[in-house]
Amino acid sequence: MTDNMSRPLLEVKGLSMHFTTKKRGKVSTVKAVDNVSFNIYRGETFGMVGESGCGKTTCGRTIIRLYDPTGGEVIYDGKPISGKMTSELRKYITEHIAMVFQDPIASLNPRMTVQEIIGEGLKIRGIVDPKERERIVVDMLQRVGLMPEHATRYPHEFSGGQRQRIGIARALVVNPSLIIADEPVSALDVSVQAQVINLLNDLKEEFGLTIMFIAHNLSVVKYFCDRIAVMYFGKLVELATSDDLFANPCHPYTKALLSAIPLPDPRAEKRRKKISYDPKEAHEYGAGNMPDYHEVSPGHWVYCSEQEFQDMLKNKA
Amino acid sequence: MEPILQVKNLTVTFNAFAGKVQAVRDVSFDLNRHETLAIVGESGSGKSVTTKAILGILPKNGRIESGEILYQGEDMAKYKEEDFYKIRGKKISLVFQDPLSALNPIMKIGKQITEALILSKSIERSKAKQRAIELMDAVGIPQPEIRFDQYPFQFSGGMRQRIVIAIALASNPELLICDEPTTALDVTIQAKILDLINDIKKTRDLSIIFITHDMGVVANMADRICVMYAGKIVEVGTADEIFYEPAHPYTWALLSSMPDLDTKEKLFAIPGAPPNMLAPPKGDAFASRNKYALAIDFEEEPPFFKLSDTHYAATWLLHPDAPKVEMPEILAHRIKRMKEKEAESND
Repeated sequence: MTDNMSRPLLEVKGLSMHFTTKKRGKVSTVKAVDNVSFNIYRGETFGMVGESGCGKTTCGRTIIRLYDPTGGEVIYDGKPISGKMTSELRKYITEHIAMVFQDPIASLNPRMTVQEIIGEGLKIRGIVDPKERERIVVDMLQRVGLMPEHATRYPHEFSGGQRQRIGIARALVVNPSLIIADEPVSALDVSVQAQVINLLNDLKEEFGLTIMFIAHNLSVVKYFCDRIAVMYFGKLVELATSDDLFANPCHPYTKALLSAIPLPDPRAEKRRKKISYDPKEAHEYGAGNMPDYHEVSPGHWVYCSEQEFQDMLKNKA
Repeated sequence: MEPILQVKNLTVTFNAFAGKVQAVRDVSFDLNRHETLAIVGESGSGKSVTTKAILGILPKNGRIESGEILYQGEDMAKYKEEDFYKIRGKKISLVFQDPLSALNPIMKIGKQITEALILSKSIERSKAKQRAIELMDAVGIPQPEIRFDQYPFQFSGGMRQRIVIAIALASNPELLICDEPTTALDVTIQAKILDLINDIKKTRDLSIIFITHDMGVVANMADRICVMYAGKIVEVGTADEIFYEPAHPYTWALLSSMPDLDTKEKLFAIPGAPPNMLAPPKGDAFASRNKYALAIDFEEEPPFFKLSDTHYAATWLLHPDAPKVEMPEILAHRIKRMKEKEAESND
């Protein structure tokens, strides 16, 4: 393996994002992302799942510096991108990482044409010739399955699926290596979800993209991602390849999450046993028994205490 | 089994600026007592409009053009607004999709439940609080006495949906209409709410119409399923029949457009977009997006073909003279896998 292959494209080390609020003089802190570490390798699709409020979206937004992280380090291709924001750093980040947002209505400016929305990134990157920009935009529209004549229209003239295609085109037009896709299909109708997932899969091949895919639909994540990280209350509780995670979930929260996936099979639904997760009952953390990251099998990390870790190893054997 | 509700040839239109939108076209179904009937379809297929017509809460520009809605021997399609007062929220209750907008943000939770109790005249004012706390307990809200005096913003999404369900149950209805009750919720919370609905169905002898677009949720809930497309029911059958022997190309497409946990193949995406209901296409509305479409699909509307006593599908492919076609491979594989898993679990 070459150095380029083995070195992760994105390294996240102990990333924390805390939000503080003042209520009646009392300061309270929400640890939206707390000491989260993972690597994303070139060419892979990295899934991030968890319930709403677990910090998966915040994690993605902190990486691309929509928030200033409270602590930890983010390293993209060997260069730290979590430090003090400078114009060079902003340029570096926007050139390499792009984001696709969840809500295809709210994320497109209703007063800009599709041409302007997609072309804005090109303009900022210094492609001043409008003819050249138009050529690139039209080319990009066709790649995401839209028509050249769509360029002069406004977002409201499109359906949800088409709008999400515009959002994807806007992200791809600056030629990023890493795409952070934040629930890109959650707001779409079932049949349209399949279109967008297939599109992302095709584009990934075509552009050699690395994708960080944030979602709560586990069937979609399993289908789409190579590795999956499970988040719970700001902590990354389990990280494994998608096959390994679904075959051998270790953390009790992961087990509960997997047992709750609705399956399109009425007979299986009747057989299914649901597992519930209550962090207070599931763990006995205290002094000397605090959770940390343990590697259960190569590449399969679980956030648990030493004692739980030993139990997991025993269960595996 | 005698049906509790019968919908016969229901047609609903909306007057829009551009013309008449034919939202529901000639829909017929029966809801049997103590069963859960799921209505599945994409947005715009007419599933929500059907239930709004049943409850008489169509928007002002909506109109029942023709058809009957038979309940307790009366045709509700002919009801005036006042006639609905004795049915709506009393015999038939509705659980809304978005629990946040279904609750009044500036009214205490307790008040919202007692209001429903008092309006339904099922209880005296003095006993309402006690009854409301019992209801909150029944839908699984911890510490109902404390929660009674809180506002909706102090509740999580799942807890809010439990409150909406408690309000729906306030009048002891016999029929519950659930309009995408879990779409706004997380998987784990969704599973709990679905369990709750199944529980109260048993303990309170409810019949349920369950509207959703999520095939996974349907498999968990439904006894029978109606698949709707472009304002029409295209296939109806028991949950087993729809998932193990689907017959309509639209049902195939719907089932194979979402991955399950073992899917490796490329997903089957339905090409194009649903038809414009201002002028529904001639023949089978799904024909233009259907790769199995026959020439006759563009000419003449298919009637229902009978597959079993409970299973009907409206597609010309079931006509004796039609060419034999197989369902998409991705779906055939999945059904095979499902059968294998069942055999495994029986061993």
